[in-house]
Amino acid sequence: MIEFDRVSFRYESGNDIFRNHSFRLKRGGILAILGPNGRGKTTLLKCILGILTPTNGRISVDGETGYVPQQASTLFSYTVLDMVVMGRTRHIGFFSSAQPRDYRIAEEALRTVGVKDLVERTFMELSGGERQLVLLARAVASECSLLILDEPTSALDYRNQRKVLHALERLARQRDLTVVFTTHSPNHAAYLADHVLMMRTPDRYRFGVIDEVMTETNLEELYGIEVRNVAYDYSGGRGRAIVPVLHASSSDQQGENHEQDRCSVLRH
Amino acid sequence: MGVLFQRLLPIEPYWSATDARVVTLIRLPRILLALVSGAGLALSGAVLQGIFRNPLVGPQVIGVSTGSGFGGALAILFFSSQFMMMGFAFVFGLISVAIVFALSRMHGRSPVLMVVLAGIIAGALFNALTSLIKYVADPYDKLPAIVVWLMGSFATTTYKTLAIAAVPIVLAGMFLYLVRFRLNIVSLGEEEAEAMGVNTDRLRWMILTAVSVVTAAIVSAAGIVGWIGLVVPHIARMIVGPDHRRLLPAAAVIGGIYTLWIDNIARAATPAEIPLGIITAIIAVPVFGYLLKRTQAKGWKHD
Repeated sequence: MIEFDRVSFRYESGNDIFRNHSFRLKRGGILAILGPNGRGKTTLLKCILGILTPTNGRISVDGETGYVPQQASTLFSYTVLDMVVMGRTRHIGFFSSAQPRDYRIAEEALRTVGVKDLVERTFMELSGGERQLVLLARAVASECSLLILDEPTSALDYRNQRKVLHALERLARQRDLTVVFTTHSPNHAAYLADHVLMMRTPDRYRFGVIDEVMTETNLEELYGIEVRNVAYDYSGGRGRAIVPVLHASSSDQQGENHEQDRCSVLRH
Repeated sequence: MGVLFQRLLPIEPYWSATDARVVTLIRLPRILLALVSGAGLALSGAVLQGIFRNPLVGPQVIGVSTGSGFGGALAILFFSSQFMMMGFAFVFGLISVAIVFALSRMHGRSPVLMVVLAGIIAGALFNALTSLIKYVADPYDKLPAIVVWLMGSFATTTYKTLAIAAVPIVLAGMFLYLVRFRLNIVSLGEEEAEAMGVNTDRLRWMILTAVSVVTAAIVSAAGIVGWIGLVVPHIARMIVGPDHRRLLPAAAVIGGIYTLWIDNIARAATPAEIPLGIITAIIAVPVFGYLLKRTQAKGWKHD
């Protein structure tokens, strides 16, 4: 369970990242956080994790958290198994080290996520998708009940996006995990999440059940571009997808035309 | 060797009584101190490179070496007892860490960069103060003593020096070895470590204090022996990889042997003793250059 009670956060440099955010996600819920770049999605995750302390308000989190960062850059070339076993830290005493049991759990976590074959490799030589899955395995090895992921699919190709989403879906169900993740893909949010938090400005946000909140209108408001929710057929049935309209819209063109007009007037 | 084995095995002495005394009273404590100090320096260096995630960090960087150096020089200036010198080196080593602590805490939390910068500031302060002491010291008596001591030497080792230095080195070294798994976590970076439930701030200061104890003990016994803490961890990392559980013992063993070897050169290469700091620097610079090139491929990666 996660509860935000009028939480605000400001960095020392002064600007408010978000103000008076309140929401409640029950145990077992899956929350997707959407918002433009630089809106404070990662900051909010760090507040949940306790890495950052909010300037105002109260956050209550019950259960151990596991974190999958956006990008792990280790300076040292640890092996995949060493990386995953580090997820066991909370269960390992201050002066102790990983025991055979911890290695068994780490290997089990790699199997759960479906990347057991990477176990002998060096973390830094893996591709982006493989790293993401290994980091997910590390969080699984921590035996957390609350999984926090920062843009788990952003750096991945289609196939790996699907692999990560399926792994998350399976894990959340099997282990009754509460999951919070940030994403730039409304489709990934719609696929996995049951709740959504849209962070638009420091003061304006929307929180709610995904079917109610994730509408074309709300997404257009969030990103400032046209968005369409389209239906499609695939080999197994019918699906829906949210599509950002990339073509210049009529309103854009009008603006550009006006400018052209003005230029031509000036030229005359 | 015969002298030492004679204690255990019935060997007929083929050496003179003087030789025996030289070995047991002068050479043996010197050898032991070189081993323990080398191990301590290499261990400290490996630990510091891990917590600062920086391959160019050594015990000098956190300012403790220069602080201890100043303390020792001060003691040579005002007292002539070796015991006072060790005490001063110890106290000022810890003072310099306290300064680093205070400076880097000015912003509440203490990120890694602040600690390094504060270490440079503290180092600069104590370097200046040491220069002041050299400037005011009697140029015929005290000044040479200070200069030679600062360049590092195991030549004056007795069992007393050995005992005073070895106990803190071994105790603090044991602490550092015990937190080896946490070191792996901290080497991933502050935020990841905190997300995994490690109190990085507290752990870092515990580690820094242990490293200061090791360094101050070594400086007080043998002066400033540079470069070992910087170079040996790289060699160890090339051999056993970056995992601190294997790296720390490997660095300690290699550091001990390397330092003993350097000390033998210092003692035997020329009729007079050469200060250790000179040899370590001359050997280390090309080795370090080569290692930097090699370790790009193994052990260290840059993103």
